[in-house]
Amino acid sequence: MKYFFAQNRHTIQRLGFAAITLIAVVTVLPIIGTVVFILIKGSSAISWNFLSGFPHDGMRAGGILPAVIGTLYLTIGTAIFSVPLGIAAAIYLAEYAKDNQWTRLIRLAIINLAGIPSVVYGLFGLGLFVLFLQFGTSILAASLTLSIMTLPVIISTAEEALRSVPQAFRTVSISLGATRWQTIRRIVLKEALPGILTGVILGLERAAGETAPILFTGAAFFLPRLPNSPFDATMALPYHLFVISTQVPEMPIQIQYGTALVLLVFVLTMNVIATVIRSRARARRQW
Amino acid sequence: MEKSLSWREFIITRLIQSSGYSAVIFVLLIFFFLLREGLPTLSEVDASSLLSVRWYPIEDYFGILPLISGSLMVTLGAALIAVPFGIGTAVYISEIAPRWMREILKPLVELLGGLPSVVLGFLGILVVSPFLRIFLDLPTGLTAFTGSLLLGGIAVPTIVSVAEDALDSVPRAYREGAWALGATRWQTIWRVTLPAARSGVLTAVMLGVGRAIGETMTVMMVTGNAPVLALKLGSLFSPVRTMTATIAAEMGEVANGSTHYHVLFLIGIVLFVISLIVNIIASSVVFRARKRAERILS
Repeated sequence: MKYFFAQNRHTIQRLGFAAITLIAVVTVLPIIGTVVFILIKGSSAISWNFLSGFPHDGMRAGGILPAVIGTLYLTIGTAIFSVPLGIAAAIYLAEYAKDNQWTRLIRLAIINLAGIPSVVYGLFGLGLFVLFLQFGTSILAASLTLSIMTLPVIISTAEEALRSVPQAFRTVSISLGATRWQTIRRIVLKEALPGILTGVILGLERAAGETAPILFTGAAFFLPRLPNSPFDATMALPYHLFVISTQVPEMPIQIQYGTALVLLVFVLTMNVIATVIRSRARARRQW
Repeated sequence: MEKSLSWREFIITRLIQSSGYSAVIFVLLIFFFLLREGLPTLSEVDASSLLSVRWYPIEDYFGILPLISGSLMVTLGAALIAVPFGIGTAVYISEIAPRWMREILKPLVELLGGLPSVVLGFLGILVVSPFLRIFLDLPTGLTAFTGSLLLGGIAVPTIVSVAEDALDSVPRAYREGAWALGATRWQTIWRVTLPAARSGVLTAVMLGVGRAIGETMTVMMVTGNAPVLALKLGSLFSPVRTMTATIAAEMGEVANGSTHYHVLFLIGIVLFVISLIVNIIASSVVFRARKRAERILS
């Protein structure tokens, strides 16, 4: 009898492990499937003209240059605002903040910022940047909106990177006569740089792929020329993909897959760079 | 020299400190601007009209119940899909997978989290919805269920990474204790590791569901955009319209300051409050769990 139970529970374990493994496979396969599918379907649309041309014939022909450039502008614009602010906030939390009610309030605010739906960021950007501050539907308004959305990702990863620098580094630097800021700038930031960079890229990756926050703050349906100031609206890859897959009738499927491919490659490249920086930094770390 | 150095130090410290508080300021600003644009609704549309079941803004019917029910239905479906798959994958990565497998799986799941939602919506239109239409023999493939399926995919990475962290932080001694008492690894997972990581796993589920409620582009593209009240299980397989999709689809076409515009902001307030509640509860669970762990360890 005892023997039977012992046998039985090992059978259960085998079955259970098989079931969990199956669940993991079913979860992961569609991810690989999605990426490979778009790579295969989209690759035939990719040509120099597609990447460097303007759309014409109501976007049913031509290229996607203005959307690519627009997404670049928005990503850079987001970086300009969110990177300095995010890193400074992370420095405050990791190096200066005491563990009290106020700090807990900041952490709660960061968690909430991370959870606010992207379309609500769009509403906020419309209310504050587009209408109240009168930036209009512009790269500036869209970048500011995206920056605030990106902030929690940058702050939390950068703080983690700063905290992983051993306390001894700071003690030694201070005892050699450096001030607190000198210590942070020359020692702590330098050591935490790969971790911070990873967080920054992951945050910007999210911003580059977002559509909802730029819908009413900066995205244009179609522009015959490239934007030439931060106060111009711009086309953007994710919004362009949305437009050509839902708003344009009789849109050639090739161009749709090609656009999805370019957006995917843009975002995945950032993801891979972030992953590589992180794993190389971990491998090299000596403390 | 000394003087200028300390001045710089002072200014930089202040700058860093105010950056630290920026997150709080942004949350307040977001809330303020939503209220500023959304509250006028309450004087323009009476409550009985807002709480009716007809959303037809062109004729001034602003019943938001169909939109709320649409969001709930799609999110519930997404949770039913994402919770078992998310927790299952987290258990596999943290407890069962060999080390090399873990190194492959974690970045892959993160990659899913990084896929733009518009790309998922795009595939939803071209691949998932035609497949479901034929497979389930439906009049249209653009249904709440299609949305749930794709939203499940969006919630999974959040659930996996938070739940995996929680499982990973269960002290090894717990597992070793169970093994020493003769439990199999399977029994240990269910009776020791998962219960010990309970609060973290719960947080994972809440954050995943929170992401699903707030997701916009995917649901707008695949749920068919029909603002009808969805209460029966059968409506899972018919078109619905969520709160997020309504804002995204209609805000571009309304006049600033019109009633319709104010109502869309009011829906934004509802979404903001929901995400606030979800995140405050999720983080308080984490805080409590951390306190309990500190008590046990000290």
